[in-house]
Amino acid sequence: MNTDTQYLHEVAASDYEHGWVTEVVSDTIPKGLSEDIIRLIASKKQDPDWMLENRLRAFRYWQKLEAADQRPNWAHLSIPAIDFQNISYYSAPGSKPKYESLEEVDPEILRTFERLGIPLQEQKLLAGVAVDAVIDSVSVATSFKEELSQLGIIFCSFTEAIEKHPELVQKYMGSVVPYTDNFYAALNAAVFSDGSFCYIPPGVRCPMELSTYFRINEAGTGQFERTLIVADKGSYVSYLEGCTAPRRDDNQLHAAVVEIIAHEDAEVKYSTIQNWYPGDSGGTGGVFNFVTKRGICLEDRAKISWTQLETGSSITWKYPSVILKGDNTKGEFYSVAFTKGRQQADTGTKMLHLGRNTSSTIISKGISAGRSSNSYRGLVRINRKADNARNFSQCDSMLLGDRCGAHTFPYLETSNPTAQVEHEATTSKVGEDQIFYCKQRGISEQDAIKLIVSGFCQEILAKLPMEFAVEARKLLAIELEGSVG
Amino acid sequence: MTPVLEVKNLKASVEGLPILKGVDLTVYAGELHAIMGPNGSGKSTLASVLAGREEYEVNGGTVLYQGEDLLEMEVDERAREGLFMAFQYPVELPGVSMMNFLKQAVNSVREHRGQKPLGAAALLRMAKEKAALINLDSRLKKRSVNEGFSGGEKKRNEIFQLAMLDPRLAILDETDSGLDIDALRSVADGVNVLRTDDRAFVVITHYQRLLNHIVPDYVHVMYDGRIVLSGNKELALQLEARGYDWVSQEAVPA
Repeated sequence: MNTDTQYLHEVAASDYEHGWVTEVVSDTIPKGLSEDIIRLIASKKQDPDWMLENRLRAFRYWQKLEAADQRPNWAHLSIPAIDFQNISYYSAPGSKPKYESLEEVDPEILRTFERLGIPLQEQKLLAGVAVDAVIDSVSVATSFKEELSQLGIIFCSFTEAIEKHPELVQKYMGSVVPYTDNFYAALNAAVFSDGSFCYIPPGVRCPMELSTYFRINEAGTGQFERTLIVADKGSYVSYLEGCTAPRRDDNQLHAAVVEIIAHEDAEVKYSTIQNWYPGDSGGTGGVFNFVTKRGICLEDRAKISWTQLETGSSITWKYPSVILKGDNTKGEFYSVAFTKGRQQADTGTKMLHLGRNTSSTIISKGISAGRSSNSYRGLVRINRKADNARNFSQCDSMLLGDRCGAHTFPYLETSNPTAQVEHEATTSKVGEDQIFYCKQRGISEQDAIKLIVSGFCQEILAKLPMEFAVEARKLLAIELEGSVG
Repeated sequence: MTPVLEVKNLKASVEGLPILKGVDLTVYAGELHAIMGPNGSGKSTLASVLAGREEYEVNGGTVLYQGEDLLEMEVDERAREGLFMAFQYPVELPGVSMMNFLKQAVNSVREHRGQKPLGAAALLRMAKEKAALINLDSRLKKRSVNEGFSGGEKKRNEIFQLAMLDPRLAILDETDSGLDIDALRSVADGVNVLRTDDRAFVVITHYQRLLNHIVPDYVHVMYDGRIVLSGNKELALQLEARGYDWVSQEAVPA
């Protein structure tokens, strides 16, 4: 009964494609976390006073949580004790805290992104995709800024947003994910160093995909970035985030915050392809991906949609959520999480229905291989005043092999009798009979498993913007193939 | 002429329980052999062993396929060499589109034969032709493989794949089971269209009624893991009239 076992073991042990390191001189501050470090980061970033104050407030709150041992421990994850004093919280490649133009960027860094398939010269870019490239703590380049600004769209690094659009940053930053939200959100608010900022003015449909590419390069550092997306009335934007990191034997911490604000009739589609270094097959190294992502449909008829393909990180703790505040608002969460080796993922969403006639859809596909553990955790809360709220949730798990685990933790809280909530869950194994059927048609075992797994994920991958759906399929195929990068 | 299939004294067991106890069968190109027999006689086991299901352990005998040792070949290799099995219970592959599935299958077989892979357009054209040939509802090929198909649709889809993959040897494992008379006729019509001089069929069935529509060149009766009677199409009629009990008495060694 073990036709697939050997291949699945290979899958589980397969190698990581983006594990190389860029040799570049970096300005990395000493390890450790204290008020002095916060002030040092703020001075490196040339923060205005209000930003430093924000950081310090968050830091003091975080210290309280840390002292009270308030690290989140409710997830179905085994997280080793993280020594927060043994991390460097700021590292800038090429000793430059910010870049005015591409000419200033170290060619080695440009080559890094090119090798990752993200050429930063605009003429080489995929048509229709604007990119903000973040390496370690710094945004190195943002493309198509000119074209976008003609439409009134602001797309820039967070650093630049603080400098040039302080009123927008002050108004929205922390409005969806306050620093008091959770342990890692507090840490991020204290030490975050860069990220992407995006503002779409009223009535504008952003003509290209906006995208941020995150890369961790330096050893012993963490990456703490923030993304803030504001879609004003009647606007539309599709946003994509990609991430990779070198192979390293120690764990690296990535604690990001993403906030989305959708005003009346606005629509934001946020897609993620998360491919941080997952650690080796024995569980050594890998990125701890502790991320808080949340959007708010602030006013009527707004819509926020999260789509994610999670294949990397040794531990993923992530719940992209939507607060459905306005009436007739919509929230969506579409997820494929693939774990192998010793990876652990606890991911899902929260849909908080506050307004009337709000609706949410959750479709989650978990695929576990090797000795990995893959959990879906989702909360659907229908508040008292949310008349006629609707939710549909579907959580499917697929097991590749018999040493991995899949778990589903759905939470439903309904305080309004008019709510309609549906939940479906399935767990399946890639069946011997399915593989045999494919093989009997001449399809090799590897191709059969790829075919079956991509069939399983098909409805989610179909939600990704086209260029990225292609990338996502390739990534899944590579993950399944066990090819050496 | 080398037979397409030459089975000699084949013995096989599942979980230690002997099922095939010495099967002999020789099939030449252009022939259609029907294998009949009561439940548990080993008909489907024979099909499974020929296709290469791993649950079945071969304990003795030989199987030559176009002169080569079939039992040495992997399941997918057998398929690429032109051995096709129409499943008794076709498997559902949720989310896998028929065309994507066929593209992989057809092109693996083509590659093995040294032919160029077919592009999407050529494949679609071929699918359209073959679907028309066997009278398949062309909407079926737009769906996921067997997902939500009715029993009859699944069986017809097997014959459609047979047509697409152009095998040398097609084994139909109880393709008639669970079909009403119209579906049965439609599947049989499909098979008849696909009978050619260079292709051999082994049709496994419990009931004679399929053989009213697919007329066999030879009929074999399996009983307790052996082929105990062989004859022409008249034998099927005799079985229909007299039942399998008669065979069990015949099968007792004199």
